[in-house]
Amino acid sequence: MEKILDSILPWIQSNSRVLDLACGDGSLLEKIQKVRQINGYGLEIDEKSIIECIGKGINVIEQDLDTGLSNFADNCFDSIIICEALQEMRHPNLLLSEMLRVGRECIITFPNFGHWSARCQLFFLGKMPVTRQLSYQWYETPNIHFFTYRDFKMLCEAQNIRILHYYCIAEAYPDVYLKKIFPNLFTQTAVFHLSL
Amino acid sequence: MVTKIVSNPPDTSNLGEIQAEVVHITEPLELLSGQRLLDHVLCVETYGQLNKNKSNAVLICHALTGSHHAAGWHAGDKKPGWWDSIIGPGKSIDTEQFFVVSPSNIGTCHGSTGPLSINPKTNSAWGPNFPKLHISDWTASQRMLMDHYKIKCWAAVVGGSLGGMQAMHWSVAYPSRLLSAIVIASAMKLSAQNIAFNEIARRAIKEDPDFLKGYYHENKKKPLKGLALARMIGHVTYLSDLSMAEKFGRELRNGDFLDEKSESVEFKIESYLNYQGDKFAYEFDANSYILLTKMLDYFDLALEYNNEPSTAFELASCKFLVLTFSSDWRFPPERSREITKALITAGRDVTHAEISSSQGHDAFLLPNSRYQKIFSTFLQRIASNVNY
Repeated sequence: MEKILDSILPWIQSNSRVLDLACGDGSLLEKIQKVRQINGYGLEIDEKSIIECIGKGINVIEQDLDTGLSNFADNCFDSIIICEALQEMRHPNLLLSEMLRVGRECIITFPNFGHWSARCQLFFLGKMPVTRQLSYQWYETPNIHFFTYRDFKMLCEAQNIRILHYYCIAEAYPDVYLKKIFPNLFTQTAVFHLSL
Repeated sequence: MVTKIVSNPPDTSNLGEIQAEVVHITEPLELLSGQRLLDHVLCVETYGQLNKNKSNAVLICHALTGSHHAAGWHAGDKKPGWWDSIIGPGKSIDTEQFFVVSPSNIGTCHGSTGPLSINPKTNSAWGPNFPKLHISDWTASQRMLMDHYKIKCWAAVVGGSLGGMQAMHWSVAYPSRLLSAIVIASAMKLSAQNIAFNEIARRAIKEDPDFLKGYYHENKKKPLKGLALARMIGHVTYLSDLSMAEKFGRELRNGDFLDEKSESVEFKIESYLNYQGDKFAYEFDANSYILLTKMLDYFDLALEYNNEPSTAFELASCKFLVLTFSSDWRFPPERSREITKALITAGRDVTHAEISSSQGHDAFLLPNSRYQKIFSTFLQRIASNVNY
């Protein structure tokens, strides 16, 4: 969480309007708010998380992201964030284009399914990977679309989405060093900053 | 005849017996219609204690047929106030933390100035000649009541349905005088379908031979049949198909389908609606009902702002909580989503939740653990910002 916050903070301007999709308990928005004076809102569907947001004084809107963002006007946010949740969406590509319609810029973080530990589990053990980033068994996982760092870059190219910045998070060794040479193999969490 | 005496209210309400006070407001009230009330009275109930800084006050805005009796018990009553599940010690609107002010607004028939009061110019009851009212007249009167208690800023202005409209109007009309607005099962304006239901209700009253163009009072009559019918129509729209199925289904109150001799078969829902209609007709005033349903119809938050609600909300500065119920078809979730959309466009602080419930529009009056939890968590947060 700290790494993600550090990487995305430079991309968020003070006094800007920020929408955090699947904002969870609101702690990311709360942390951004502490550093930058933002007009922030979170969308969330989990009842317990919504209560936690209210307790923190975070603006939270109960909304199912699979129903889209049609209730938001074009370009009504400066930044739209979706942290570790795009892989849980029914139509990630449609949500991504909705995000780019509603926000000037988008920040997306996701677990990289192409990480070597996931590949090894699938290749050598022949079983669906369970890693720190992908911590669920296949039968209970909320993640319904697995994709890699490379997959996501290809989607951006195909949809003519501009990648303003990206950042690869890897905490273990030797990943920290090797992520620069082989990002798709050594990135645990990928962070992208996009616009149209 | 067995008289049931209820002396000890159940433990669920610790507010106990409550007495209303009558507040005489001597400041003239200029109404939107152009008419003026030189003075007026408001029947008010208060719960809890006002703190030294007078910063912990919460205004309760009642709905169409509500009154000042929102919580606690009146001597001899079988039921507590209409929002007793929400207001009280340790409840969502916690009377141990907040000073709760609950008035009956002008135009109603529970003791505040309204069609049953005496018009000083004619020395007889206002009846059908009571001035046309708008929501802004209610909030203006509530603002005078606020001054009566020397309250500078409400910690929260709270209301469901028509009450939510008042809370929204407060946020726009008196932005510096509230910290938060809680808008429940409400809308920024009524839909055509809503106005249609209100017109059917008004026509039911006016067609009653005892209505006498509103001058029934002088003629010692009351349009009971029309008023009962109006209430029955309204009542159906406050429930949902599912809640009626759950509560009544097709169960019979009288008669038997299999008994060929049985002449009248009566469903439970029929006797329930008839009972509710008749009870209401005795308690409520027909001129008030017409006046207030018109007020509901006329409300349009964005009308003065080029029909752009976000422009209206740009004037507001308080925090908002918008709540809606899944099975409410009189003020459906879509209406609340429109409120929240306008608030977000205006950059206002807003929290929005859709409570799953089968109870229809009435859900905002009924206990529901998620509803109560969100309500209390939001108000706890407000309480932590209140300067004690």
